[in-house]
Amino acid sequence: MIGGLFIYNHKGEVLISRVYRDDIGRNAVDAFRVNVIHARQQVRSPVTNIARTSFFHVKRANIWLAAVTKQNVNAAMVFEFLYKMCDVMTAYFGKISEENIKNNFVLIYELLDEILDFGYPQNSETGALKTFITQTGIKGQTKEEQSQITSQVTGQIGWRREGIKYRRNELFLDVLESVNLLMSPQGQVLSAHVSGRVVMKSYLSGMPECKFGMNDKIVIDKAGKGATTDEAGKSSGKQSIAIDDCTFHQCVRLSKFDSERSISFIPPDGEYELMRYRTTKDIILPFRVIPLVREVGRTKLEVKVVIKSNFKPSLLAQKIEVRIPTPLNTSGVQVICMKGKAKYKASENAIVWKIKRMAGMKESQISAEIELLPTNDKKKWARPPISMNFEVPFAPSGLKVRYLKVFESKLNYSDHDVIKWVRYIGRSGIYETRC
Amino acid sequence: MPAVSKGDGMRGLAVFISDIRNCKSKEAEIKRINKELANIRSKFKGDKALDGYSKKKYVCKLLFIFLLGHDIDFGHMEAVNLLSSNKYTEKQIGYLFISVLVNSNSDLIRLINNAIKNDLSSRNPTFMNLALHCIANVGSREMAEAFAADVPRILVAGDTMDSVKQSAALCLLRLNRTSPDLVPMGEWTARVVHLLNDQHLGVVTAATSLITTLAQKNPDDFKTSLSLAVARLSRIVTSASTDLQDYTYYFVAAPWLSVKLLRLLQCYPPPEDAAIRGRLTECLETILNKAQEPPKSKKVQHSNAKNAVLFEAISLIIHHDSEPTLLVRACNQLGQFLQHRETNLRYLALESMCTLASSEFSHEAVKTHIDTVINALKTERDVSVRQRAVDLLYAMCDRSNAKQIVAEMLSYLETADYSIREEIVLKVAILAEKYAVDYTWYVDTILNLIRIAGDYVSEEVWYRVIQIVINRDDVQGYAAKTVFEALQAPACHENLVKVGGYILGEFGNLIAGDPRSSPLVQFNLLHSKFHLCSVPTRALLLSAYIKFINLFPEVKGTIQEVLRSDSQLRNADVELQQRAVEYLRLSCIASTDILATVLEEMPPFPERESSILAKLKRKKGPGTVPDIEENRKERNANVDGGTNHTTTPPNAKTSPASFVGDLLAPAPPPTNRPRPVSSSSFLQTPLTPLPSQACAIPLAASAGAFYQVAAATASPDLLGLGSSTPLSSTPPALPPTAASLLIDVFSESSPGAAAAMAAAAAAPVAVSAAPVADDNFSRFVCKNNGVLYENQLLQIGLKCEYRQNLGRMYVFFGNKTSTQFLSFDTSVVCQEPLASQLNVQPKPVDPTVDGGAQLQQIINIECVSDFVEAAVLNIQFRYGGILQNIAVKLPITLNKFFQPTEMTSQDFFQRWKQLSAPTQEVQNIFKAKHSMDTEVTKAKIIGFGVALLDGVDPNPSNFVGAGVIHTKTTQVGCLLRLEPNTQAQMYRLTLRTSRDTVSQRLCDLLSDQF
Repeated sequence: MIGGLFIYNHKGEVLISRVYRDDIGRNAVDAFRVNVIHARQQVRSPVTNIARTSFFHVKRANIWLAAVTKQNVNAAMVFEFLYKMCDVMTAYFGKISEENIKNNFVLIYELLDEILDFGYPQNSETGALKTFITQTGIKGQTKEEQSQITSQVTGQIGWRREGIKYRRNELFLDVLESVNLLMSPQGQVLSAHVSGRVVMKSYLSGMPECKFGMNDKIVIDKAGKGATTDEAGKSSGKQSIAIDDCTFHQCVRLSKFDSERSISFIPPDGEYELMRYRTTKDIILPFRVIPLVREVGRTKLEVKVVIKSNFKPSLLAQKIEVRIPTPLNTSGVQVICMKGKAKYKASENAIVWKIKRMAGMKESQISAEIELLPTNDKKKWARPPISMNFEVPFAPSGLKVRYLKVFESKLNYSDHDVIKWVRYIGRSGIYETRC
Repeated sequence: MPAVSKGDGMRGLAVFISDIRNCKSKEAEIKRINKELANIRSKFKGDKALDGYSKKKYVCKLLFIFLLGHDIDFGHMEAVNLLSSNKYTEKQIGYLFISVLVNSNSDLIRLINNAIKNDLSSRNPTFMNLALHCIANVGSREMAEAFAADVPRILVAGDTMDSVKQSAALCLLRLNRTSPDLVPMGEWTARVVHLLNDQHLGVVTAATSLITTLAQKNPDDFKTSLSLAVARLSRIVTSASTDLQDYTYYFVAAPWLSVKLLRLLQCYPPPEDAAIRGRLTECLETILNKAQEPPKSKKVQHSNAKNAVLFEAISLIIHHDSEPTLLVRACNQLGQFLQHRETNLRYLALESMCTLASSEFSHEAVKTHIDTVINALKTERDVSVRQRAVDLLYAMCDRSNAKQIVAEMLSYLETADYSIREEIVLKVAILAEKYAVDYTWYVDTILNLIRIAGDYVSEEVWYRVIQIVINRDDVQGYAAKTVFEALQAPACHENLVKVGGYILGEFGNLIAGDPRSSPLVQFNLLHSKFHLCSVPTRALLLSAYIKFINLFPEVKGTIQEVLRSDSQLRNADVELQQRAVEYLRLSCIASTDILATVLEEMPPFPERESSILAKLKRKKGPGTVPDIEENRKERNANVDGGTNHTTTPPNAKTSPASFVGDLLAPAPPPTNRPRPVSSSSFLQTPLTPLPSQACAIPLAASAGAFYQVAAATASPDLLGLGSSTPLSSTPPALPPTAASLLIDVFSESSPGAAAAMAAAAAAPVAVSAAPVADDNFSRFVCKNNGVLYENQLLQIGLKCEYRQNLGRMYVFFGNKTSTQFLSFDTSVVCQEPLASQLNVQPKPVDPTVDGGAQLQQIINIECVSDFVEAAVLNIQFRYGGILQNIAVKLPITLNKFFQPTEMTSQDFFQRWKQLSAPTQEVQNIFKAKHSMDTEVTKAKIIGFGVALLDGVDPNPSNFVGAGVIHTKTTQVGCLLRLEPNTQAQMYRLTLRTSRDTVSQRLCDLLSDQF
């Protein structure tokens, strides 16, 4: 289990230090600083072992979060906790920065006491936490309210309190996906996968029971078998997607998912992440990058890059950015592009080409002349891949929300009265093409 | 050096550096650097030429980026361009970049060398200095190759500026250190020496460093520097503190130069010229006097500088080791420092005193500080200082204060730092042994040592106690009593149990008379420790038990009971089980007589160099201890005469059956390690083969492989195979029975032979031996026993005796297989003319040799007249139905019939002259095949049969011998002279005898031995 948790700023100064177990000494704080933050070589592994002590760290902007343990813990659990910790902090005071952490250190210690007990992670649901860890003080709460909080937090449905009332029952559902790709210069897909999340914001009265449905292949196929053949043929096939693995928010009834593969739950109030999933098959790649690099002698390099958008022409991709790495001995760059703006950024050793918007089934091109300084270094340029960033208004995995039904038996509103919003956003993860 | 004016500072560089310092994270820093690099690249690439200032600025930035740890792969060209600039700052930055960044295999090196050459030949001293500094900083082979000729020229040129001379001297020093082979020694060397007379003290300082290094290599070339150095030193020492202006450092006149001069003087023996010598002594006295004066400043720099000179002066005094008054004064001075509050000073004082202690003049003076040193040992807080104190105590120890020092060291040992405990233990062990007046004290000390620091007592230490106790009858009783008492402590260290087991096993009878230490009490005491010990110790204890059976028949029943218990007989450890089984059988079957013979008391060990001392030397690394040790030994020899047993000649033969071959073993195995009781006691069996076999055969028949076992335990440690556990029972040869059987027989007489045999056994041997084998023939020229021949089936060992013209040879045929040899037959063939010169009569042998058994054959030899050839021994037998035929040259050589003749120098030369006919003298000059060790050579000559005559030859390194060869018909006198030349690794051997054939034959025989 987690023995301690430290937060450092970029200089390695300790901002927060909370030790849960006696086997973690004071020197653990310094060990991490010396061996990871101030290490001569950049430490790329998120898990570091120093003197039989394991350090798990994540970095948010300039802030290091490190969990320490001497035991053989489940590393995935520790990281899950660290990410959750980041979410909680963001929910409480916004961006995680040195300034914010310093301003809220009392709150952070309070949170740490609540969500980790002797190193064992506890309820880290923001909604629930906010009921009893407030930044205003809890004077106003009556004894009744307090006991209600207690019974809720320790009860079966710890993530939602009773007696919530909204005039308008509203529900927002976002499907957020990030698509990762590595492509060979010839256009062959070397690896591709989509990791997606379903994020919900629910403003519903009472204790509603929700049911979420999407075009999961297994569900569709099952339904197809039961239904008439020609309808099934229509709905299955290309329309369904194969989900490799998924995880759910604690509110989802896993037993039901296991038996019927239906996702039913009593939602928390406010924003939360309903599920996470990953697909690797039949991914729609929104962009194709076609690189062309030609070396002209020892001192010149010609680069031509074409990007093609590969989705419905009616949709618009946004925030497109192509990053073309340049050799380390670049001494000058000339760029010509039809669309957007391109610039050589010496500090990043790359040409950055930005396009604000681009419709589907279009094509755009950039060409650059790179002047090189002859060096006596025999090392050949390794040609790092061209990377790309974008945002598209659909799910590259092909996921579709089929329904989201809300049942509330006690209060008198039905599924039809709830206003539901669905949105798809596909972003680029690591989207690279070798050149 | 021209100061960098303010306007000359590089603003861009300052901005860049402050940007980098302000970076919040590593990533930001890398970004900033990438940006700067791109900027510099575009600037260097740009078409318009850069002016010197910006070039310098960018090169500086690159240098800074490089020093931050980033790779720089361009800008070298620009830096080289800077070299040809006329501005000092630009040139400086260029040189800086090059000495930091340019590696030797760069293709720019030619350009750089050119620029350096230009600067060296320029008249501008600052440029010359920059170039010289660059050469010295890079110091690569390429640099040395290019400039090794130029630098000395600049150094000795008359018109060179002082500052350049300084740089040139140091540059040359550096080149000399990195690639000494490239620096030419020439006419400049003589002129370098005269730099010691230079007006400028800086030049002198630099030159002294250079000369010291050069003088260490070829002292003869720089002998003249001695007088100059002394003169210079005396001028500095006598100068008032204000005379030397810039070179006076906190009221000390030129301390660095003084130290360097004193170092230089340490390269040479004391000056022979009395005037110089007097002047030097005067200087040293002045330095010692100055140390007594009150300090002129309270500043630490003042005392540091003063003490630096003083310590260097003292080490020079120690180095010369010729002026008793100075030595004593130095010693007193150091004595004052011993109580100084500066830890560093105390450390240095102890260290210097350590060397002082080895000088005969100051040894007594050092000894007066014993109390202070002991106090330092107890109170010093720094472990390194305590370590030095231990060293000093060790160095100052002699017979008079040994008891005190050893007692102090022992008491310190209890609290000593763990890192130095083992060394202290070794030192205590050595001192106790070396200066032991009565051996009861020695035994007490070592037992104490084991009690206090048992874990740090290495094997060698307790081996040594046992050796000494066994070799000295007078302490045996006392040792047994003390050990018995020590063992009564509830918790004993295992080493103590080992010593106890061994000593009680051997000498328990000496204290058995006392009812408090009756045999049964002794046994019970030992056995109470048994279960707490490791396997090797238990094995040793088992051996002690069987010895008890012999010593005290009354406890036989008890011991047999113990041996019979399941925990012994069925022990999981093979060694223990085997010992238990064998000892049990032995005690049941053998008669008291046999037991008494088999388990006889251990014979005394041959004296060798103390293994502890060897260990300490190993630990300390070569060079440190041995010097002191050797000095010590010499002095001891003077003081103590021959009483001290460590100074007894290493080859003193204690066992009557010791052989010359023993001396000849080139690397004697550590035989002073005690042989485990069991095996050695078996080896104690008298070797006349008949009774030995008589008792062995029934045992072998009943108890299984008795011999095998005995030998198996014996072989590994007797052979000195370096196994740390002396009891590990892995026989080296493949068929253990036979090989070890032979070793068993031979090792009784000579461990050297056993080792030789092991070597032979380890070597792969050809199966068929149809041609006459003479591999080992030459090994027998200077010795009389060992393994003559060995293959997979058969091993032939030899033992011979010669008297005048008669000889007897015992040949042992060992069957290494488990099958019988049938129709075994041997014959000796002497071809003409040998048949008439030599009578060889073999006795008949049994036609069968049992598997694993051995057969002895006696051959009688008579030398009729001088001979050249060797007789051949033919052996025939059937092994597995196949007839085997082996022919071996018998090592009967002419020199075996030598009788040594002692004669005086006068006699020798008289006879030498008598034998001056050209046919009578044979001379051979040949290359040494083995290392040219004097002792080994001596042993070989003695083994050859002649008397080694001391003090005959005027050159002590030459060997001279004389002897008479007896044949039935005549006697041939023989004189020989062997002149080794260690430098050329050659020998010249001259032999004069009255017969030319004899001369030739002897010369051939002997030449092969070296």
